[in-house]
Amino acid sequence: MIQPIVKARDLQKHYPVKSGFLKPSQNLRALAGVSFDLYAGQTLAVVGESGCGKSTLARLLAMIEEPTSGRLSIDGVDLTEVNNKSLSKGLRQKVQMVFQDPFGSLNPRHKIGDILQEPLVINTGLNASERRQKALEMMSLVGLREEHFQRYPHMFSGGQRQRIAIARALILKPKVVVLDEPVSALDVSIQAQVINLLIELQQELSLAYVFISHDLSVVRHIADEVLVMYLGRPVEHSSKEVLFSNPQHPYTQALLSATPQVATQRDRQRIKLKGEMPSPIDPPSGCVFNPRCQYANQDCLTTPPVMELYNESRVACWALKQRRIGDEKLAN
Amino acid sequence: MIVANKKKIHQMSDNLSESEFVQGRSLWADARRRFMGNKAATVSLYILVLIVLFSFIGPWFAVWTNEEIDWGAMGSAATQGMPSFATGHFFGTDDLGRDIYSRVIQGTQISLMIGVIGAAIAVVVGTLYGSISGYVGGRTDQIMMRIVDILMAIPFMFVLILMLVVFGRSIGMLFVGIGLLSWLDMSRIVRGQTLSLKNKEFIEAAQATGVSDFKIITRHIVPNLLGVVAVYATLLVPGMILAESFISFLGLGVQEPNTSWGALISEGAGTIRYDTEWQLLFPLAFFVVSLFCFYFIGDGLRDALDPKDR
Repeated sequence: MIQPIVKARDLQKHYPVKSGFLKPSQNLRALAGVSFDLYAGQTLAVVGESGCGKSTLARLLAMIEEPTSGRLSIDGVDLTEVNNKSLSKGLRQKVQMVFQDPFGSLNPRHKIGDILQEPLVINTGLNASERRQKALEMMSLVGLREEHFQRYPHMFSGGQRQRIAIARALILKPKVVVLDEPVSALDVSIQAQVINLLIELQQELSLAYVFISHDLSVVRHIADEVLVMYLGRPVEHSSKEVLFSNPQHPYTQALLSATPQVATQRDRQRIKLKGEMPSPIDPPSGCVFNPRCQYANQDCLTTPPVMELYNESRVACWALKQRRIGDEKLAN
Repeated sequence: MIVANKKKIHQMSDNLSESEFVQGRSLWADARRRFMGNKAATVSLYILVLIVLFSFIGPWFAVWTNEEIDWGAMGSAATQGMPSFATGHFFGTDDLGRDIYSRVIQGTQISLMIGVIGAAIAVVVGTLYGSISGYVGGRTDQIMMRIVDILMAIPFMFVLILMLVVFGRSIGMLFVGIGLLSWLDMSRIVRGQTLSLKNKEFIEAAQATGVSDFKIITRHIVPNLLGVVAVYATLLVPGMILAESFISFLGLGVQEPNTSWGALISEGAGTIRYDTEWQLLFPLAFFVVSLFCFYFIGDGLRDALDPKDR
């Protein structure tokens, strides 16, 4: 059996929030138990509203922050057990990240060449000319030209900058690339360009992507598997085909119905969710989705549901488990 | 979605970038161009350079050194010590018959030195302290900033005067006193800037690459702070000069035979009713013009380095 390149088990991240002087600090549970496997060459898309913990997950995977609890192993090495600095450095090379805002992710005082070479300076023992060679190779791989080497970030457009950021992420030859909304700050035409570049690079270098997005039409284009999150918890995890054709969780259904589409099916029902996402400091008891769910009953209010396989999807929902929905769907 | 293959991407990038080779222009080069476009600032810079040059080249033209006493003018400065080329006293003499021209040169050197060294201490200590405090954050930040608050709450002039009285009046003591207190504001400003930079994605990108914290501060945070620091430092120089002049005016600062603008102005102001206004006017002119220049340059720098994100 092939080993997953990223293996996350019940990852949690809590932030202490000070509520005032001398008052006990409260816990903000940004991430409350996420598990998944990711294999080489595959793309896992993580979707959800703002504040659902997508970016926190990205930061944990990129080792910018450490998980509060849970296990995360990358290429067979358990991160939570690694204390050795040199080993963690080796692991860092395997996971790299591309950020959302191409205007904030490049240091405005450094030339493109310096930005691309920095990871090499820190993580490899290459000399200056070898580094330059590698940076130039990487630039041509993402469609930048040699003369861009001496330029500064402010001389580039958003799409070009994002390609520079991708080149920086790939220069250490990582196995996993965490893409934190890499195209949401770009124009639609540039989005297509960057997404296609990402797909091409994935095939060429057999990269594993964790693709974080709130744009389902982009996810439909790039993902193999989709993980839907709500308030720091996964609610549905399935392959792209299953998720888009037959969403199980009420939240996923609402999310999908909110995607703007060219109106081909005229009678497409728009499921409107009531209210706001609750605060992660004080989440509702039971299923966290219950205040906004039209199917919520007593069980939903008291006991949190667990992820179970249901119609080829792993879903955490009481209504599905108790066959209150789903069957009704079959009847339609 | 458009399916573009690699070739197309290459073509696209070729079309996007101009065909001829363009040398990258850094933000600093941009700022220099904007600064040079500012007339007041550029003129001030030239005047200031002239004043500095004067303080080094001036002695070559002096007829009298700053320690020689013109016995003919001593005691009758109002009639014998007027500014004149004939006697060699270009700016006149003081009541003791000393040449004001040479004294102003000496005062310019000392005043500028105090201003620049005081600002330099503020830049080095304040930038390091502020960026470390801001970047590390949490409890360290709290403790470091409360120390600054406490030091700021102590009246600066009072401490300085006390130090000069207790430890004796010397230029060295003046430097220590000004240096000890000048970095406080700077560290606060730098900390604030660091806090806003710290969450920028390029810092996170550096962390994800494995750059050490110290390297992040020196390579990524400090270069992006320098604009603000440069502006504040140029505005700090005249502040230092003013503080020193005030202390010297009180008679506690620079001691004879050394002198500074403040000390000269103090002397000149003391004798103004004996019709020896040149004793006040020459040092005062240098003082005022230099301060104006520093403020105009600071203003020009602020416009040029306007920290807008580009």
